[in-house]
Amino acid sequence: MELMMSIAVGILFMVGVYLILTRSLLRIILGTSLLTHAVHLLLLTMARLKKGAPPLLGEQASAYTDPVPAALILTSIVISFGVTSFFFVLAYKAYQKLKTDDMEQLRGDEGE
Amino acid sequence: MNNILVLPVVIPVLAGILLVFFRSHIQIQRWLSLAAILSVTGISIYILNMIQNAGIIRLDFGNWQPPFGILFVGDSFSLLLVLTTSLVAAICLIYAFYSIGEQRERMFFYPFVLLMVAGVNGSFLTGDLFNLYVCFEVMLLASYALITLGGTKAQLKESIKYVAINVLSSWFFLVAIAYLYGTVGTLNMAHLSERIAEAGQTPLLTVISILFLLVFGLKAGLLLYFWLPGSYSVPPTAVAALFGGLLTKVGIYAMFRMFTLLFYHEPSITHTIIGIMAGITLIGGSFGAIAYRDIRQIVSFNVVIAVGFILVGLAVATPAAIEGSIYYLVHDMLVKAALFLIAGSMAALTGTTMIDRMSGLIRHYPILGWSFFIIMLALAGIPPLSGFMGKILIGQGAIESGSYILLALSLISSIFVLYSLLRIFLNCFWGESTTSEEDAAPLSKGWIIPCALLTAASIALGFGAEYISPYIADAAATLTNPYIYIDAVLNK
Repeated sequence: MELMMSIAVGILFMVGVYLILTRSLLRIILGTSLLTHAVHLLLLTMARLKKGAPPLLGEQASAYTDPVPAALILTSIVISFGVTSFFFVLAYKAYQKLKTDDMEQLRGDEGE
Repeated sequence: MNNILVLPVVIPVLAGILLVFFRSHIQIQRWLSLAAILSVTGISIYILNMIQNAGIIRLDFGNWQPPFGILFVGDSFSLLLVLTTSLVAAICLIYAFYSIGEQRERMFFYPFVLLMVAGVNGSFLTGDLFNLYVCFEVMLLASYALITLGGTKAQLKESIKYVAINVLSSWFFLVAIAYLYGTVGTLNMAHLSERIAEAGQTPLLTVISILFLLVFGLKAGLLLYFWLPGSYSVPPTAVAALFGGLLTKVGIYAMFRMFTLLFYHEPSITHTIIGIMAGITLIGGSFGAIAYRDIRQIVSFNVVIAVGFILVGLAVATPAAIEGSIYYLVHDMLVKAALFLIAGSMAALTGTTMIDRMSGLIRHYPILGWSFFIIMLALAGIPPLSGFMGKILIGQGAIESGSYILLALSLISSIFVLYSLLRIFLNCFWGESTTSEEDAAPLSKGWIIPCALLTAASIALGFGAEYISPYIADAAATLTNPYIYIDAVLNK
């Protein structure tokens, strides 16, 4: 099971990196959100996908799944949600002001 | 009593939240934010002395015993940096009062600064790896807001790159945390260190350590500094000074913690890589600093050189070199903030950032000119000033361990620093004045006082080396002997 997840995470990493290297700003943002999806899956996978009850004490099970990565992922989802929404608004503002979403045209540091 | 350790984070957060409700009362915003930062300064001096008497102190949140809960650990290294951070932030705030403009002040400028300081202090104090990630994000989100605040074209352009590169480095950070958790199964730094020592740092752990090196290299601008000069030259002066003084230093701090506390078993691999990266950073930064004619670019590349220089101390990793790095880190936070403030003032006074379009400034603004001169000498490491002790200790460490190439690079880089700043000094302050006495824009006191304060702090750090050295020696002792840290966290 971990192997399948690793392959899936690898494919997501690949697609994310490809999108980040393109010229369009929106694709870059999509790439970053794919990367965060992938890393959340990686966190889940790295804690071993052993069988067990959901981490609720009411379940009365003999084995539970690891609750720590779930908490880490939850924290990270919220953070990446905040960052992504900021990034989208930034891209929108930049498009309004600079009239382009092409990263090639956002080059240059001499004046404006 | 250990609860005092949380105040450097909680005071700025609470003040920041409170200030959100006083959006249009600018006077309240100013005084409350300054009061919050100054109280953090006082508290961190108090904690620093407490640590000197009682050893490392820790605070377990919710009374959970260390490997299981989140905790704050205060050692001399953390608290020295918290103290310097709050000093720099307070002085930059005073500069911001007079320069940032009412429009930005109404758009929650002060809450953002306070939250950024809270994130920086949290990163210095935390004893938990994932909490370090969260504090990094607190700091970065506030810095995203600060770099875009105002929304000029240049700011939008550079902030897109800044945000993108930081999202990527945070992603790497999470990947590294996932691998480390999967390998050793804990997140508490002291516990991690113990388990890595038990496992003897297998090749897998060394790979993970290099992933961490990459993450913090991106944050600190070690070798991966390509994003830094652009991002640091677009925001308003006070913000640029805060960034230059604080942000990269958090990455440096994290690298020191990682490679002295956790991954110290394979120095022939990790520390060699750090050494190579630091050497290339020194070369690249030196070329950058002399290649540009734009003051802000020159100053930004000086940040890069300093990062390389401090990391030479970590690469060499003898007690003397570590001590030198800590000394230089504290010095560099103060002096880089001063350099950004002076450069920003010059640009604002003359209306240009190109060094060949201004000259003779010292005729109209003598205090600014002489502050710049002193800061320049301090950065170059001229003896009575603050940069000297750090440089000589790092040099001594490099000689002890026989790293002569790094020694040569770091000493030559000092000459490049001196040359690049001397070029600004000779071109902009010396020479015939192009404006007459009446035409010269008046320099407000609010601009001069922060520059003079930072210059005075640099001089005091140089002359008062003897008073500060016990704290720095204690910090270096903790860094060179990780068992002191582990013992304080796990066995009390």
